Amino acid sequence: MPVRPVSVGERIKRREDPRLIRGLASYTDDLKLHGGLYASFVRSDYAAGRIERIEASRALSRPGVVAVYTFEDLRGTVGRTPCVARPEAGRDAEHPLLADGRVRWVGQPIAVVVAEDRYLARDAALDVAVEISPTPAVVDPRAALAPDAPRVYADHADNIALHVPATGGPEVQKLFAEADGVVRLELLNQRLAPVSMEGRAVLAHWDEGPQRLTLWTSTQVPHLVKQSVAQCLGIAEIRIRVIAPEVGGGFGAKIPVYAEECLLPWISRKLRRPVKWSETRTENLLGTTHGRGHVHEIEAAYRKNGELLALRGRVISDVGAYPSFFGASIATFTPLMMPGCYHPKAIDVEVVCVYTNTMATDAYRGAGRPEAAYTVERVMDEIAAATGLDPVEVRRRNFIPKDAFPFTTATGAIYDSGDYELALAKALERFDYAGARARQAKARAEGRLVGIGVATFTEICGLGPSTGASPIQRTGSWESGVVRVEPTGNVVITTGVSPHGQGQETAFAQLAADAFGIDVNDVEVLHGDTDVVTHGVGTFGSRGLVVGGTAVHMALEKVLAKASRIAAHLLDAKPEQVHFDGESFRVAQSDRKLGFRQVAEAAHLWNVPIPGEEPGLEAVARFEPTGTTFPFGTHFCEVEIDADTGELELIRYVAVDDAGRIVNPLLADGQRLGGIVQGLGQALCEEVVYDESGQLLTATLLDYALPKAQMFPRIELDSTCTPTQLNPLGAKGIGELGTIGSTPCLVSAALDALRPRGVTHLDMPMKPERIWRALQEAAR
Amino acid sequence: MKLSLTVNGKAQERDVEPRMLLVHFLRETLGLTGTHVGCETTICGACTVHLDGRAVKSCTIFAVQADGRAVTTIEGLASDADHLHPVQKGFWEEHGLQCGYCTPGMIMTTAALLESNPDPSEREIRHAIDGNICRCTGYQQIVNAVQHAAQVGKGRR
Repeated sequence: MPVRPVSVGERIKRREDPRLIRGLASYTDDLKLHGGLYASFVRSDYAAGRIERIEASRALSRPGVVAVYTFEDLRGTVGRTPCVARPEAGRDAEHPLLADGRVRWVGQPIAVVVAEDRYLARDAALDVAVEISPTPAVVDPRAALAPDAPRVYADHADNIALHVPATGGPEVQKLFAEADGVVRLELLNQRLAPVSMEGRAVLAHWDEGPQRLTLWTSTQVPHLVKQSVAQCLGIAEIRIRVIAPEVGGGFGAKIPVYAEECLLPWISRKLRRPVKWSETRTENLLGTTHGRGHVHEIEAAYRKNGELLALRGRVISDVGAYPSFFGASIATFTPLMMPGCYHPKAIDVEVVCVYTNTMATDAYRGAGRPEAAYTVERVMDEIAAATGLDPVEVRRRNFIPKDAFPFTTATGAIYDSGDYELALAKALERFDYAGARARQAKARAEGRLVGIGVATFTEICGLGPSTGASPIQRTGSWESGVVRVEPTGNVVITTGVSPHGQGQETAFAQLAADAFGIDVNDVEVLHGDTDVVTHGVGTFGSRGLVVGGTAVHMALEKVLAKASRIAAHLLDAKPEQVHFDGESFRVAQSDRKLGFRQVAEAAHLWNVPIPGEEPGLEAVARFEPTGTTFPFGTHFCEVEIDADTGELELIRYVAVDDAGRIVNPLLADGQRLGGIVQGLGQALCEEVVYDESGQLLTATLLDYALPKAQMFPRIELDSTCTPTQLNPLGAKGIGELGTIGSTPCLVSAALDALRPRGVTHLDMPMKPERIWRALQEAAR
Repeated sequence: MKLSLTVNGKAQERDVEPRMLLVHFLRETLGLTGTHVGCETTICGACTVHLDGRAVKSCTIFAVQADGRAVTTIEGLASDADHLHPVQKGFWEEHGLQCGYCTPGMIMTTAALLESNPDPSEREIRHAIDGNICRCTGYQQIVNAVQHAAQVGKGRR
């Protein structure tokens, strides 16, 4: 038994916070280098067109303007905008760093102006005259599939970027023929803007002396940036150091490696001066990847008893004007996750990724899974409405039973562990479902529109193994961890995950503190610098603790094993006689012992040679998961809708989640609450809107509506714990859980409120106007 | 234009372009980068500072409008690590931040709230921070943080 209290499982407050709450943390735009220049981009005002002329002389005549570059300057010296999930041959699209004579989306960079300061660079960018002959644009992905639709790429036969056919075969037809009924839905999962509060920012410094590039960038994946920039610019990776300093949120949009991250190094090398760019919010909404953007045409076959037999249909994914980094691969998760917590016998859903004249879409919190959860949860509610069964009962009848895990779904996903009944039971009790339904009945009798929503859901996390992540994605799913013990016994951890708010500096310090019996504050966790962290992949897909934490855990175990051998030598005992009790290495059946710090010191002393051992106490580990984890949960909410205005008020929200073992409940709660509100944002107000010509109508935060504090009540959290057997921590990942559950839960509640008035369909976002219109139409 | 003002208790005199925004003056001229730019349209509140004790968004006022006045930024809230403002302590205790980018603005807004209303209800807190956007926390822990600070304040009085 450990002799000291363990920190894993405790609500330990974050080590990251002191610098952040005092304004002493450095984000990329806070950095300034001597002689630094500032870059500003000239972007396309048209969604589609030919560039006839670019006139930069007026900009160049301003004192302090150093250069203006266009594609002609880059020609032959750089590759294309990085992409690791390239669609199949023939459908792939060339995406140059600066427009090469054609523009394909509003916001596409055409030229870059470099000047002595920020104001000057922006002034000069306005001086660059760009003449464009517009050509017809296509904005709606369904319209883009029409045979006569304008082509985003003139040399392509159609606008299809990627087509993954359905694989269900004759069994699906048979199940539909046998069914008591069929539910048909066309569901929109609208385009969203991730809107990290810090926009993207890049600072590049080519140092001519050592011939090295240092690139500070607001990214989730510094090592992938290093590889991509090396490839794009033809610079050896060893000549590049990428640093992600403090990063102000990512939510998936800071995974892609962007043209700006390649261009600034190119400029710095050309001018031999540091150069910085930081995104304006309008640039962020125009030119940082969007998320979602799906249309689902789905049919569900069911039996009278509520059993879901089969699903068929197609997922249309709007990938925008070019395949972004992971872009086209995101939608391939959607059919995979379409079964949710249930076990339909067959699924036959194809994926069609479509080019449109809009900004590219890519990962956004949940990436492909929230879209699936939204659809299957809507299906569950429709089955309930059709059969007259309670929506909770329909879900329960379709649950994969807890003794069926590991469970292989109809789409081939292998669910590691789960107990959906348990989470549901806890949520039913916590929410007082029966009481809520009784109150609802009373409210309805008074003519009030009160609705109760439910979502039971699962998601795929801790992506791995690398080969199975996505059929077209070429990235590893492993992660690295290095544990270095100083002679003092203090510990330095380096990790390939690159947190930006998730709190891994604290969580990983907890792992080390418990492993070695030291204080959390005696551990330093380093990340986000490719010169410090030799190998890594990054932070996305709830992989930080699950994959990165496991790598750290493995390195800790290796260090502990070596420390144990050293202790045995020093204690004059056999290695198998020595064990670490959480504070000291002890020899069995004796009072001989050595503290961790004594062993650490001895490991480094030149005059204490240990036979068969190298000096020092350090280990490297890389963890490649053998499978993916599937956290899950049940969420309930209650809403009331004002029939006169269409306004929806969220009255209560209860979330019971299961992410396996939790290292730090404080951090986990933070991830859950933030995720829930982000998912509610999709249901309530968020929406990227382009007009028919491809102009972005939501190009400022005055137009793109984000969730705000007054929109929400206090969210109630509870949890169950079903550990995974796929990693030694038993952790399943938690970052995306809330987002996946909350969106369908709120839509479920709204429709529950509106059904008595004849409203059976609503699209997101459920703005008051949309609800009001649905009520008016139903009343007609 | 000549500009003289007090920033975090220290007198400053600078020559600035009349169109320079206060946030850029603080960040670029004075190097006080704790104040962040989030939206440039007064929606997100990441740039909130105190001007003569009142919370204002520094991305939509000019530096010259602060002439002769006193500005406090996040860097001026605590003298050192051991003397954090109660609101800063609240944010740390209650996990009122994740990425930390909106945090300085949130802290400045809520510190001003507690000056005028030392014991706000949850509704009042949510109302007060409605002009500050946080994309990470879902606001709940921020509310907890402000309540924590208010409790500390009660103990003091």
